[in-house]
Amino acid sequence: MLVSVYRYNPEIDDAPYMQDVHIDIPGGKDIMVLDLLQLLKEKDSTLAYRRSCREGVCGSDGMNMNGKNGLACITPLSAVVEADKLVLRPLPGLPVIRDLVVDMTQFYRQYEKIKPYLINNTPAPAIERLQSPEERAELDGLYECILCACCSTACPSFWWNPDKFVGPSGLLQAYRFLADSRDTATRERLADLDDPFSVFRCHGIMNCVNVCPKGLNPTKAIGKIRNMLIQQAT
Amino acid sequence: MVTSITSFGRSGLYDWMMQRITAVILLTYTVFMIGYLLFNPDLDYNQWRGLFDGTGMRIFSLLALLSMVAHAWIGMWSVSTDYIKPTGARFVFQSVCGLLAFIYVVWGIQILWGI
Repeated sequence: MLVSVYRYNPEIDDAPYMQDVHIDIPGGKDIMVLDLLQLLKEKDSTLAYRRSCREGVCGSDGMNMNGKNGLACITPLSAVVEADKLVLRPLPGLPVIRDLVVDMTQFYRQYEKIKPYLINNTPAPAIERLQSPEERAELDGLYECILCACCSTACPSFWWNPDKFVGPSGLLQAYRFLADSRDTATRERLADLDDPFSVFRCHGIMNCVNVCPKGLNPTKAIGKIRNMLIQQAT
Repeated sequence: MVTSITSFGRSGLYDWMMQRITAVILLTYTVFMIGYLLFNPDLDYNQWRGLFDGTGMRIFSLLALLSMVAHAWIGMWSVSTDYIKPTGARFVFQSVCGLLAFIYVVWGIQILWGI
């Protein structure tokens, strides 16, 4: 099959280019894209990409495969290859450090902005802050995010304003703490989000839902944040 | 919190709500106008003028006109903050949009009350 990989080494290359490589899959098996990258790296060791757990938990190997963001380690070739061709690009919208490795600073800065930790200034109980099973269930579909950035880098609103729009990933996490029964900073959290960019740049096109490798729904969480803002303000 | 002094109501929530309320008003006005034209196929000048002579229609038309201005400002402001990155060019674009909106309001009132 033909693999077309985005290559860019700023120390050597003047501009990024696509490198076409013909590769035979051993035994014709349906391997994961990450395994394919390993085969490519054996051919050309200068290829750079991030990877770690190789099982969809660490979120390191988010990339754009035939136009759709996803994790290379849990994406089988059969799910993305079309006409025996695979185009691999770095996550769109973020600065490229080298080849498939992007600079995630803007993404993490948005995550930091939503204060991704429990805020509770009431005296701590002797053992722990308890939640009922129902209160805990509120966090399902929110806490599973692994911060791979597939969603935020598939979002045009994040492409145009990565410094102002929190992005689907950050907003999913923002709602994770707004929905937590143990968090007491709801009012302050909402006040930080009520500007024309942080939440309201979302126009609900749901690219985030389409690409999330964990099957999460940031658009739904953003809708819930909006409802909380409306209820507080009317 | 991102500060912004050129958005319609400074608050994202306010802009979001206004965008939806004005959209409903514009939709109602559009459906009414289309319906009126469909149910009056042999419309003449006097009947058309009579429609806009009524105070109710003037209120409705002015409401639709102001809704259009607010709706357009919020929309064009969003578009300009997405696609026009140099501050100077964006400010010029927003100023032109604001001026056009003002012209349309004055012109619209003149048409509505001028007959």
